[in-house]
Amino acid sequence: MAACASITMMFGAFTSAFLVRQAAGNWLEFALPGIFTLSTVLIVASSITLHGAFIAFKKGALPLYKGLLIATFALGLSFVVVQYEGWQAMKDLLGLPLGTNPSSDFVYLISMIHAAHVVGGIAALLVAVIHAFTLTSGPTPTRKLRLELTLIYWHFVDILWVYLFVFMTLQS
Amino acid sequence: MANVTTQQVQTEEDRLIQEQGFDDHFHEHHHGDKYQSNFITTYIFSQDHKIIARQFLITGMFWAFIGGLMSLIFRLQLGFPDESLAWLRPLLGKWITINDAGLGTLAPEFYYALVTMHGTIIVFFVLTAGLSGTFSNLLIPLQVGARDMASPFLNMLSYWFFFLAGVVMFFSLFLSTGPFSGGWTAYPPLSALPQASSGSGAGMTLWIVSLVLFVVSVLLGGINYITTILNLRTKGMSLWRMPLTIWAFLITAILGLLSFPVLASGFFLIMFDRSLGTSFYLSEIFIGGQALDHVGGSPILYQHLFWFLGHPEVYIIILPAMGLVSEVLSVHSRKPIFGYKAMVFSMLAIGFLSFIVWAHHMFMSGVNPFISNFFVIFTLIIAVPSAVKVFNWIATLYGGNVRFTTPNLFAIGFVSMFISGGLTGIFLGNSAIDIQLHDTYFVVAHFHIVMGVAAFFGMFAGVYHWFPKMFGRFMNETMGKIHFWLTMIGAYAIFWPMHYLGMAGVPRRYYRFDVFETFRHFTEINKFITIAAMVVFAAQLLLLINFFYSIWKGKKVTTKNPWGASTLEWTTPIHADHGNWPGKIPTVQRWPYDYGKDGKDFIPQIEPLKEGEHDGGH
Repeated sequence: MAACASITMMFGAFTSAFLVRQAAGNWLEFALPGIFTLSTVLIVASSITLHGAFIAFKKGALPLYKGLLIATFALGLSFVVVQYEGWQAMKDLLGLPLGTNPSSDFVYLISMIHAAHVVGGIAALLVAVIHAFTLTSGPTPTRKLRLELTLIYWHFVDILWVYLFVFMTLQS
Repeated sequence: MANVTTQQVQTEEDRLIQEQGFDDHFHEHHHGDKYQSNFITTYIFSQDHKIIARQFLITGMFWAFIGGLMSLIFRLQLGFPDESLAWLRPLLGKWITINDAGLGTLAPEFYYALVTMHGTIIVFFVLTAGLSGTFSNLLIPLQVGARDMASPFLNMLSYWFFFLAGVVMFFSLFLSTGPFSGGWTAYPPLSALPQASSGSGAGMTLWIVSLVLFVVSVLLGGINYITTILNLRTKGMSLWRMPLTIWAFLITAILGLLSFPVLASGFFLIMFDRSLGTSFYLSEIFIGGQALDHVGGSPILYQHLFWFLGHPEVYIIILPAMGLVSEVLSVHSRKPIFGYKAMVFSMLAIGFLSFIVWAHHMFMSGVNPFISNFFVIFTLIIAVPSAVKVFNWIATLYGGNVRFTTPNLFAIGFVSMFISGGLTGIFLGNSAIDIQLHDTYFVVAHFHIVMGVAAFFGMFAGVYHWFPKMFGRFMNETMGKIHFWLTMIGAYAIFWPMHYLGMAGVPRRYYRFDVFETFRHFTEINKFITIAAMVVFAAQLLLLINFFYSIWKGKKVTTKNPWGASTLEWTTPIHADHGNWPGKIPTVQRWPYDYGKDGKDFIPQIEPLKEGEHDGGH
């Protein structure tokens, strides 16, 4: 939880820097590429599947749990891929490569640093998937706690992205 | 006495732990447990908080030596600008240029690099990691009654990230272009344009990499400290029974966790500007008549992000010192700390206010004067909780059975420094007076006294007081007292005259003053400051000798509780193994400041309350 507070402060800093810089003028207005909507849908879906996996795990419905976990992992990976496509779209479709104007650079910066945090979450998911297929012990308290921590972090980066997405959409 | 054991009950404390203690089925391993089985896992990649504390302390001392030495070199330049520095050539190499007459001069770029590195090293590596890292690690598990930190592994990582940050920074000192030289605050454009100055290239790259590693270290440490304090307190250790040291470490860790990420944000923007061609901080700039293709950025944005860390950072430095001093003053005055709850609430207030005053570092950077008003008011309000604390420390000493031991002298010295430096803070907090005083030696004097010297004094008080706990031996008292008096008098001799320089408008960070008509008559005062700095540095060598001599040859501690303190760390064996208590964990029955109560010198926290007895903390 403390780590979440810490990351929140960091992105709080980014978005307030965004606002301060925007107020200073010389700010190119542009609409966020539509592909970011797709990535938003993907990450929200992954949160739902992971939550389902957690509930299934607690109930002992192991096949469902494994399936949903893999689905989450796949959705998480595709989120990062789609973000990458989003940066390509900004460069090629909008003609705004990195270094054009602070307004678009902020979008790159915020989404890249967020993606780095998602990659951390994917690493945790990978561990969870490996555990799901190698550990034979049932839903022990330790395993529950581990999965719950992964879940909290994943929900966190999800909600964070939704906030960032709404923020950047409203501001552009 | 449900559990009569064959183990011989030796002292009253042992008996209390036996009877009242909490049995967590801990098994002591005299030959190391699975985490501490050989030399490397015991002393190098250790997960024992007590070893990690010593690692932080000794690394911090190493950096304090380097940082102090740097200040000595630039003080030589300021005090004696015409003297030859050729004798420093073996140490500094090409940064000393020797002219035909054999006169050696310090390269101006390297002067700036020295000033920058001195600040960076002392603020981050010594007073953040060396102070809070050392004592949070040592005292949190011992004083709350835990076997170790919540995550000993993260704790170990925290130290090694700090170590790595140090290695990178150390490496940058030897670059042919020199280390970063744009000031410890690393304002753009000097930090954001690799071509801006010789240190802005590779030097700045290593500087920023080092500090990002350092932020990781602080965050890992902070998460651990908070979790340990909130979750691993022993039975009976309610929040209002925690020693003030623990309160201080808790608030410090929270501040660090909330402010260091903002610094990291600022650094990421710098990295983007440096490497990816963005212009977050860079507006239209000409270098050597050439226009750069950066447009529209704002360097003020960096100042906001930096000082949003920067101001809480000064409290991250001073709060642990305050906690240590509160504890030391109470123990050595044989009196309960005066106003325990007021101490806690004032620390909370300071912690909160520290987040809404950052722009008082930016009064002169063109921020709106009406916004300045807001920051002036909150800055001055910080004087209130600070004054509460000072009053309480003095009231703790008043009428106490004061023992003038070295740790207590340093604690009293801390109070003196904190008052002197705090008062000049009231001057600087006013945006109108700041017009005259900003960027002068008045500022240098202010922050060195209030967060430099004062924090060092808190650290020294802590080192002398807890040295018996760390190494099972005492430090030499005579050397300690000489160290104290030289440092106390010497530090005032260095920084007091700087106030006068500052009021006369002498700007900080200048390479030499004798070339300015206005400042030429300060030559003698600059010489005086430099000589005082040399004396103070020599006094610190005394501490180094005392410290390392005492580790191996100091007077041995023969009782568990040499100072007669009531807190839990003194109920552990003199040489505690990983796990701290051999058998049960002690349970806490009362607040930590029962000194001179009911005719007893002190009552340890593990002793149950008598019937009808009032518990001090509640």
